[in-house]
Amino acid sequence: MMDLLNILLSESFWAASLRIATPLIFGVLGALICERAGVLNLGIEGIFVVGAMSGWMAVWLGAGLWGGVLVAALAGAFFGLLHAILTVPLGLSQHVSGLGITLFATSVSYFSYRTALPNVSSPPRIEPFQPLDVPILSDLPFLGPVLFQQTALTWLALLMVALVWYVMNRTALGVAIQAVGDNPDSVDAQGLSVYGLRMGAIVAGSALMALGGAFLTMSAFDAFFFGMVNGRGWVCIALVIFASWRPGKALLGALLFGAFDALQVRLQAEMGALVPGQIFLMVPYILSIIALVLTARSADYPRALLTPWFKGQR
Amino acid sequence: MIRIEARPSTPRAMTLGIPVLSALIALALAAIPLLAAGANPIAAYGEMLRGVFGSVFAVSEMLTRATPLIFTGLAAALAFRARLWNIGAEGQLYLGAMAAVAVGSGALDIPGLFLLPLIVVLGAAAGAAGMVVPTFLKVRFGADEVVTTLLLNFIILIFLQMMLEGPLQDPMGLGWPQSAPVLDQGMLPPLMDRMRVHAGLIVALVLAVLAQFMLARSVWGFRLRAVGENAAAARHAGIGVNRSLFGVAILSGGLAGLAGVSEVAGLKGYLTADLSPGFGYTGIVVAMLAGLSPAGVVIAALFIASVFVGADSMSRAMGVSSFLADLVVSMSLLCVLVGGFIARYRLVWVRAGKAAR
Repeated sequence: MMDLLNILLSESFWAASLRIATPLIFGVLGALICERAGVLNLGIEGIFVVGAMSGWMAVWLGAGLWGGVLVAALAGAFFGLLHAILTVPLGLSQHVSGLGITLFATSVSYFSYRTALPNVSSPPRIEPFQPLDVPILSDLPFLGPVLFQQTALTWLALLMVALVWYVMNRTALGVAIQAVGDNPDSVDAQGLSVYGLRMGAIVAGSALMALGGAFLTMSAFDAFFFGMVNGRGWVCIALVIFASWRPGKALLGALLFGAFDALQVRLQAEMGALVPGQIFLMVPYILSIIALVLTARSADYPRALLTPWFKGQR
Repeated sequence: MIRIEARPSTPRAMTLGIPVLSALIALALAAIPLLAAGANPIAAYGEMLRGVFGSVFAVSEMLTRATPLIFTGLAAALAFRARLWNIGAEGQLYLGAMAAVAVGSGALDIPGLFLLPLIVVLGAAAGAAGMVVPTFLKVRFGADEVVTTLLLNFIILIFLQMMLEGPLQDPMGLGWPQSAPVLDQGMLPPLMDRMRVHAGLIVALVLAVLAQFMLARSVWGFRLRAVGENAAAARHAGIGVNRSLFGVAILSGGLAGLAGVSEVAGLKGYLTADLSPGFGYTGIVVAMLAGLSPAGVVIAALFIASVFVGADSMSRAMGVSSFLADLVVSMSLLCVLVGGFIARYRLVWVRAGKAAR
């Protein structure tokens, strides 16, 4: 019990939680934007992979770290556009299209990786984002190590929470995006483009998702590995329901998840001799299912989620 | 001005032609990555064809590869017909495989006449249990089964590693994370001498015929289709929607479990954590290419298996990454999706004056 308290009070634990939460923050925000506009994006898992691969490869080819971030976002936007075309003007099954995008984006990434590096057993490493050492603030007790020694991408994620909240709640664009996910007919009646809003939201959301992947290869690690995304995208799809499609709660959900994940790593180290380590590895996935089960019934789903809309058909 | 208009009915030629065309277009599109990898596409296609049909051995390899895909393709097709989104076939496959080695590798030393059916039944039951849980969470708590089945895949894979380093580990295996071999009398027999194709294929084909018949002709099949087309209307018509969902969950999970049984007791003989290179996920593509028809699943599985076996052989000969196969598979899914749009809608030209009315 003392051990648990020691863990929960340690700076390194909370720093790790925020670090683990970062890709999920990007992912949940991305999924949130798509779903608020009425479109489920199960391409998320593959878009994470493509973001991780393309961002890292761009840096390796000499694009610079922020160049890599840009490349990742553009790659995510490209696969988002594909999903948008299939699900919005063509109105095809969002489930199947999303899974198709995940398979396609993953195989494009893996094929490109293998084609660029045919004979390597371990990938070349890049110089990843370093912790930002903010003068004075980094020396604050507790908050210093937790907040002010994270990398720039974690700060970008936190900034995105504020930005998405602002756009969704304080701008006409945000109101229109939410309306198009609730009642596309009313948006159409106001002379706004349902297709444009939905497709734009999917493209923007997918670019954000890809940044979650880019964080993995450019900040958390320094290279690309097969299977490194490991279900993080699917976790985001569960978390966005937990978050009731709200940016603030999305941050909370991602942080909670990060905290439990950081905790299981530490418990595994402490109790590894007593129980198989795999028990702890399952915890994050089981928690995601529990979060979904607890919140699914009361969740305030965007009313037109999964429903295609065609111009001129009421 | 162009307007999208629903077709009154889809021409039969389209229902059959679109999947074939999608598969061919996906194969043709593979020329782009082949060129990018510096290979001659024509030569590559030639190598692929030779790798699949060049010898009896090659065909046997293709049929071996198609076997699990028929099982997982049927699992997806049945569930999707009822709009139960079972994306968890990968995990259910491993549940079936674990059950198979748990009883089949020496725990019960009984004659093959009893052991083999027991392995099959328990493997199917384990897979079914893996789908009943998310179906319960959906029906009782409204938890989206897409997310729960996807997450369960990861949980089951970790559980598998735990079992292979624990209770299921082969004591003679020098510490490798693999199970003890299935007893000889528990193995599905090979169909041909010195070939890997095994009796699992026959089981898969029989189940495809059964599924096709039940779906098209039985009351059960009618209910399942009704639930898939409009759950609210089906409920109104007095069809037990939840009962139908649990029924199809058991069948779908069971079929995925059998894929695992067939791979362990028909092909590998023991269980490792890399038994399946994504057969569960590929089964979804198989089902979609098949237009969710069980008979179509067999043909689609043969096609996808050919792509994988052909790409493997082409990869060995020409040094192009065998991930090319995954590219073709995912592109054929996207193509058949677009094809589905063309089958359901048509574009009509509307003159501006008339449109305004």
